[in-house]
Amino acid sequence: MITRAYRYPLNGSSLEPGVPLLDVSGLTLRFGGITALADIGFTVTQGHVHAVIGPNGAGKSSLLNCVSGLYRPQAGHATLHTGKNGAATHDLIRMRPHRIARLGVARSFQNIELFRHLTVLENLMLGRHIHMRHRLLTSLVWYGPARKQEIVHRELVEEVIDLLQIQAVRHKPVGSLAYGFQKRVELGRALCMQPSLLLLDEPMAGMNAEEKEDMARFILDVHELAGVTVMLIEHDMNVVMDISDRVSVLDFGKLIADGTPAEVSRDPDVVKAYLGEELSA
Amino acid sequence: MPATSTGVHHRSYASELTLRHTHAEKFRLLLIALAVCALPFVVTPYWLTIANQIGIAVIGAIGLNILVGYTGQISLGQGGFLAVGAYTSAVLHIRAELPVPVCIVLAVLTTAVIGAFFGIPALRLKGLYLAIATLASQEIILFTVRTWDAVTGGTDAITLPRLELAGFVFRKDFHWYWIIAGLAILAVITGRNLFRTGLGRSFMAVRDHDIAASAMGVDVTRAKVMAFAISSAYAGLAGALTAHYTGIVTWERFTLQVSVLYLAIIIVGGLGSIAGSVYGAIFMITLPALLTRFGQDIQSSWPDAAQKMPAVQVVVFGLVIVLFLIFEPRGLNRIWHRMKDYVRFWPFRY
Repeated sequence: MITRAYRYPLNGSSLEPGVPLLDVSGLTLRFGGITALADIGFTVTQGHVHAVIGPNGAGKSSLLNCVSGLYRPQAGHATLHTGKNGAATHDLIRMRPHRIARLGVARSFQNIELFRHLTVLENLMLGRHIHMRHRLLTSLVWYGPARKQEIVHRELVEEVIDLLQIQAVRHKPVGSLAYGFQKRVELGRALCMQPSLLLLDEPMAGMNAEEKEDMARFILDVHELAGVTVMLIEHDMNVVMDISDRVSVLDFGKLIADGTPAEVSRDPDVVKAYLGEELSA
Repeated sequence: MPATSTGVHHRSYASELTLRHTHAEKFRLLLIALAVCALPFVVTPYWLTIANQIGIAVIGAIGLNILVGYTGQISLGQGGFLAVGAYTSAVLHIRAELPVPVCIVLAVLTTAVIGAFFGIPALRLKGLYLAIATLASQEIILFTVRTWDAVTGGTDAITLPRLELAGFVFRKDFHWYWIIAGLAILAVITGRNLFRTGLGRSFMAVRDHDIAASAMGVDVTRAKVMAFAISSAYAGLAGALTAHYTGIVTWERFTLQVSVLYLAIIIVGGLGSIAGSVYGAIFMITLPALLTRFGQDIQSSWPDAAQKMPAVQVVVFGLVIVLFLIFEPRGLNRIWHRMKDYVRFWPFRY
């Protein structure tokens, strides 16, 4: 699968491409009287780039937050398949976020949520957190596994740095970096987890055409070279149509369409949600 | 890997992970080590007492910085945790008659457990609210100490005999200096090590963004409780040392004022920096000592002013904190780095 001189596989899932990786069903989330998500159900397939689109306030980020455990929906399931041929299943709903991360669900955030006082390298090393063992005594004396694992995991982190072309800034505190770089570091931090499912919340928000192009390239690299399944939220329809295999469309908390980009773009409900209705005379 | 004219080049991740890369840095470390060893032979007994106080403050400040500076959990309970360490060690020594090193180790462990317990509010509270919760822990601990007559002796002071190890009696500040300096150096080394491993990094992740940290697989609950425990362990060590070094344990030594002093030490020194904790401790302990000395010097020539020195000390204490917050919130550590850069880039400005 990996055609470059990278030694570590970035894809943490051992499922065959084409089988269901994440089954979302009946997902309902309410904030007080507002129903943010109503009975959402779809399937993310291993090896796909699955886009979630919809107008502002449609519930896209809420959906992602439910899957990564930051929100507790009132009803529904999000079943993640892991292990050989998806033998093991885990319901992510009601699981705590760090447990979900340990299952290999990595994510980036809409508004960059990096550890801003840490360097790029430290941020990426935190992506390795779930793969490291953290013992107090060995950490205090910088001995044995505590020291060795810093070196071992650094090798994978350096490959991610190469992949995302952020070598020059690796020792800079992320807070001091330009926006585009921060977005890239956030993608890198999630990649360092060797995710089985990568959730990206508007990876191209606020970027110019050139930066978008770069980011799309990185996402495709991650997807095609490394074989990582990606679920992304995006506003830019051109980007979505270009890079995604499957699209789910949300509007006011409801799933109004789910299919290939071509199918979705012809769907009358989607056209209505995005462009509005013609007033009947 | 020494620095060459083209910079410092690493050929392995292991060499990059070392704390000191250049000969100049290693030489500076040697100078500091020599200074620490030479200090007790050259200073007067008065300043040796101050040096011992600084050593103890360094340990306590590193502990507080782990919690406040690195994990972002504001604590006003440092005085309480010092008290737990001091009383545990003293009571175990007096009543259970355990040897002092065992008492100190047990005091460290006890304080860690109690610190973890009082860290539980941090799971739900942040910032100012947490500060108030830790203020409560400070008061609860001191209240317990004052009223639990049977164990702590209540408001009466506990007097401890001089430390005796293998027949040798630690009578003088000179003897204590080596114990305190050794443990302070140990505290610095362990503190530095902690924050170049994944465990310490997860603490900093919780400080910078707890939601993102949990999305990265960091168990935020565990990290916060652990940070409280580790921080309190250092405080327990500092407290136990205070007890055995001064020979008198009384609750008045561990009031809220002490908690504030320790916060001032790490703010002035530099939050989130082990070196800063050391600079802060040196600065904040030396400054009042200097003012006291100054007061004694002008006693004969200007008695009015000398009389007002205690008030001046309080004002200067507050003024220093305010000035640091305004002009260098990142503390002495940052100032030191700026000075180094100035020399390094000279004759250029940057």
